[in-house]
Amino acid sequence: MITFDGVTKRFPGGMTAVDDLDLEVPEGQVVVFVGPSGCGKTTTLRMVNRMIEPTDGRISIAGDDIMAVSAPALRRGIGYVIQQIGLFPHRTIGENIATVPQLLGWDGQRTTDRVQELADVVGLPDDVLDRYPHQLSGGQRQRVGVARALAVDPPVMLMDEPFGAVDPIVRSRLQDEFLRLQDDVRKTILFVTHDIDEAIKMGDRIAIFSEGGVLEQYDTPENILAEPANDFVSDFLGSERGLKRLALIPASNVEAEAGPVVSRDDRLDSAAETARRYGTDWVVVLDTDGGVVGWIAADQLAGDGTVADLSPRPFRVLVRADDSLRAALNAMVISHTGVAVRVSDDSRYEGVLTRAALTGELK
Amino acid sequence: MTGQILAVEILNWDWVGRNLDTVGGRLVEHIVLTLVPVALGFLFAFPLALAAIRWPRLYAPLLGFTGFLFTIPSLALFVLMIPFTGLSVTTAIVPLTLYTLLILVRNTVEGLNAVPRDVREAAEAMGYTPLRQLFRVELPLALPVIIAGLRIATVTTIGLVTITAVIGQGGLGFFFITGFTRSFPTALTVGLTLSVALAVIADLGLLGVQRVMTPWQREAA
Ligand SMILES: Nc1ncnc2c1ncn2[C@@H]1O[C@H](COP(=O)(O)OP(=O)(O)OP(=O)(O)O)[C@@H](O)[C@H]1O
Ligand SMILES: [Mg+2]
Repeated sequence: MITFDGVTKRFPGGMTAVDDLDLEVPEGQVVVFVGPSGCGKTTTLRMVNRMIEPTDGRISIAGDDIMAVSAPALRRGIGYVIQQIGLFPHRTIGENIATVPQLLGWDGQRTTDRVQELADVVGLPDDVLDRYPHQLSGGQRQRVGVARALAVDPPVMLMDEPFGAVDPIVRSRLQDEFLRLQDDVRKTILFVTHDIDEAIKMGDRIAIFSEGGVLEQYDTPENILAEPANDFVSDFLGSERGLKRLALIPASNVEAEAGPVVSRDDRLDSAAETARRYGTDWVVVLDTDGGVVGWIAADQLAGDGTVADLSPRPFRVLVRADDSLRAALNAMVISHTGVAVRVSDDSRYEGVLTRAALTGELK
Repeated sequence: MTGQILAVEILNWDWVGRNLDTVGGRLVEHIVLTLVPVALGFLFAFPLALAAIRWPRLYAPLLGFTGFLFTIPSLALFVLMIPFTGLSVTTAIVPLTLYTLLILVRNTVEGLNAVPRDVREAAEAMGYTPLRQLFRVELPLALPVIIAGLRIATVTTIGLVTITAVIGQGGLGFFFITGFTRSFPTALTVGLTLSVALAVIADLGLLGVQRVMTPWQREAA
């Protein structure tokens, strides 16, 4: 746990970068600092490992004042991913990752094993370990930055825009991998970004700062999106706040409606009756195992014969319980039926999600 | 026929053969008179450069002073020393050392200042102590610029050493004096060739040292 207690930083010249900050970072959680450029995110991070000394206030880690040990000793116990990556250009990737183990005097074999292990953990191919940083891609360099910070398995990590220098696709992959990793290692992490979407995705909790280092709101992503504390926060969340909220809610939260369901052996007139009963101009066709075959427009359900005589059109997207409501909304928008079909993990039909149900969930 | 006579006049191999010992001795003297000032110069320049980085206000006056030293004509400086140190080796070494300071201080400071800020901050964040950070991170990265300074200082000193002959400490410079005073071209040729060769070899040698010590730059292509 990291505790900020009345922490203020004023730089010479009177500019206040962090203003009387009280904040607790719970053990094993990711707390994301987010806010516009210059709002004091990096400054706050650097006060934790004493690269910047606070003007006022106290910071402690697991109850111990950070001033109790020497700055270099403190820093060796805290993983730090610097905003500009900052790899050592004169050392190979392996040597870069081995930096802190070497500072702590680990023996050669233990260091080599650990470097190897970390390369696997962050997804670096073995053959890059002997290369120099300038011979790597941007994404690979960011992985090295993370591996170097993880080297001695520190319980606390400070990550300053760790995925800032790569394109959105690589960033999203690095984020996913990092979240999977964090599921295993459960470190206490301070994560800085100026991208609200990254904050929502990565954070167990989010701290939103405004210019002058003022903490505007500190809460879970869900709560912040549901109830922004003030205009600054809602402006910062942007115009797609509703969509961002939907992205955080699993599709299982909304009760699926039974929907107009027919099977292949159903006679066409009874299928048409099903559509009429539900007030839809389409029906969902299921096979005998309850799997989703597709849908048929109600105006095709005329004449003798059975549903099997017609060819149902497939749903392009099916939603599962752990997909988000945003994915469900997407399914609604791209389907002619205007609903999202939810299926179980073994692909059996569970029901349909309607827009009314989504709106209800956001209330 | 004339060509041959001319060749004989420029370089008398016979004389060279007879004076191999002298030539070798002067060459060694020249090398020593170069190495000692450059080494001493670096020994002084390094802490001065560190001080200039620690207290940036020192840098301008330091450059001003060492630059002023550099502008004093060498002959004048050697002569100025004579009342204090006579015609000893010291009289040659002190001025030669002073001349290296400007380049060595400047390149050490510039080299260390050019270490990218993010690299320095990363080192600090990893838990390097300041001294260890200097030697393990900053100096290795500053090495190409520092060695560039050493190359200039060395080549300049090799040239200046020839002038110290006038105070009796000349290395290869003696051959210039002999050559001029006795109108003996062979001595001039030997002195000139060897001092130029020495400069080229020293320069390439230091370049080689830099290559070996900065493997990360080699693959930069
Ligand atoms: N060493 C310093 N001296 C003076 N002012 C500084 C110093 N470091 C930062 N500042 C100022 O403090 C404020 C906060 O800077 P900080 O680097 O913490 O911002 P940030 O939120 O990390 O911004 P970004 O998103 O651009 O990285 C800025 O206005 C900055 O100019
Ligand atoms: Mg920053």
